[in-house]
Amino acid sequence: MGTVRVIHVSERRRTLTFWERTYLLEVFRGLVLTARHFFVNLWRHSLWLVGVKSGPPGAATFQYPEVRRPQSPRLRTLHRLAKRPDGTPRCVACMMCETVCPAFCIKIVAEEVDDSSIEKRPKSFDIDIGRCVFCGFCVEACPEDAIRMDTGITEIGALSRDGMVLNIETLLSLPPKSERGDKPVDFLQQQLVQ
Amino acid sequence: MNAGLEIGVAVGKTIFIIMFALSLGGLLTWVERKQSAVMQDRIGANRASILGLRVWGLFHIIADAVKMFTKEDFVPNTPHKFIHAIAPVLSIFFALLSFAVIPFGSSIVIAGHSIGLQVADVNVGILFIFAMMSVAVYGVVLAGWSSNNNYALLGGIRATAQMISYEITFGLTLVGVILIFQTLSMQEIVRAQGGLLFGFLPRWGVFLQPLGLLLFMTAAIAETKRIPFDIPEGESEIIGFFVEYSSMKFGMFMFADFIEQILVAAMVTTFFFGGWQVPYLGDTGFAFPWGTTWDLNTWMVESLRVAAFVVKVSFFCWLQMLIRWTLPRFRFDQLMNLGWKVLLPLSLANTLATAVIVLWVGR
Repeated sequence: MGTVRVIHVSERRRTLTFWERTYLLEVFRGLVLTARHFFVNLWRHSLWLVGVKSGPPGAATFQYPEVRRPQSPRLRTLHRLAKRPDGTPRCVACMMCETVCPAFCIKIVAEEVDDSSIEKRPKSFDIDIGRCVFCGFCVEACPEDAIRMDTGITEIGALSRDGMVLNIETLLSLPPKSERGDKPVDFLQQQLVQ
Repeated sequence: MNAGLEIGVAVGKTIFIIMFALSLGGLLTWVERKQSAVMQDRIGANRASILGLRVWGLFHIIADAVKMFTKEDFVPNTPHKFIHAIAPVLSIFFALLSFAVIPFGSSIVIAGHSIGLQVADVNVGILFIFAMMSVAVYGVVLAGWSSNNNYALLGGIRATAQMISYEITFGLTLVGVILIFQTLSMQEIVRAQGGLLFGFLPRWGVFLQPLGLLLFMTAAIAETKRIPFDIPEGESEIIGFFVEYSSMKFGMFMFADFIEQILVAAMVTTFFFGGWQVPYLGDTGFAFPWGTTWDLNTWMVESLRVAAFVVKVSFFCWLQMLIRWTLPRFRFDQLMNLGWKVLLPLSLANTLATAVIVLWVGR
């Protein structure tokens, strides 16, 4: 056990010089700083406006609906249910995700199948996106790698609470981001706005 | 000049200055968003469009107005419904009224009649502005009181304390200006700033009262209740006096802030930056200190002067925006310390020093 060094807050405080304590000079320096940002950015915006686009842009922000930030491949986005090669859902209705879900947003109804290697499959699989906290526990819990959060869809909205509940057909139909590429999903109009 | 013509001229001047204040106020709502965005490396509001035309988000002014007017006007359960309704009106009314004594040009001669470019050339213009700014606190206090809400009431009380504290400095700094120019009339003060100092500097208040300008700006920004002195409002944390206001009543409080900001800019211009005076421009044209002269006719001179006034006011609006988006908010005790322990003694010292110098030079 090492010794714990306690740093009192007052020790961290830098002693201010006389001019800093008068506040006036510091105010002036702050104004110079922000004014410099203002004029530099205004100059860059003006250059872009007249067509000179080789210089740095005036704003550091992404122009969201037109330009999107690149997503990390690990980003947890809207869920989808993976399929087997024959098109049936990989999900075996083991209820792991429903059990682990901290927001209680997954509802699975299981049914029996004749296939002896599976035995169960989901009759219905609903995710209430309105309650989901996007923690990703369901993905980690899944023994069949059936539920994934790799669609790259982050814009989710509906006009009613019921509209936020995604059923099994929707979840199975969503492509992963890697297949979809940058093509936008026409998903809001089709599925969520009901 | 007959009475009808006189009334017509007065109405014309009133409409000009009110439209000037209101349109600049509307523009400031856009400037506030755009300037803060450019200062912070952002783009700012640019989505409102008419037929795909965006013009840098200028239509947001219209969009804001439409939004404000069509929102639900929620009136809280208060026994003072009338006062609740009239408080924002008071707030904006007295701010607009103060523009009556701001001179925006010297005078023009139309058909043999000399028309002063000022709505009312009151010979106690400074006192008039003080009176209006003092009454403006009523709008804030009544809003806080009639809202039947403890947070709003506390906001109103903070506003009272702040505005009364800073009004003293506000007035005392101008005593120096009054001592130097020996008049209370705004137009006369501007005229007195027309000469030259040491043969080359314009005889503006800023060169005669540099400390006065600093104190006046600080106190004036405190009067407008904007950051860094927005303790009466403090929307995000401490909840201000207009928490119970919605729709255009809230909009009027916001707008009154912008109008007051223009008023402060106009006052700083008038008292310290020569009002409508253009450096080296006399009634007949430019006369530069190095001997060059450039004759202009009366109309050119007058247009230049009005333009100079507008440019100066716009600059100080910009400067106030810059201050508003640069400095953090004062804590209430810091505000009171600054007002009573720093600004008040300094303004007293400034007044005393000015009086001594004026007496000494004048002797």
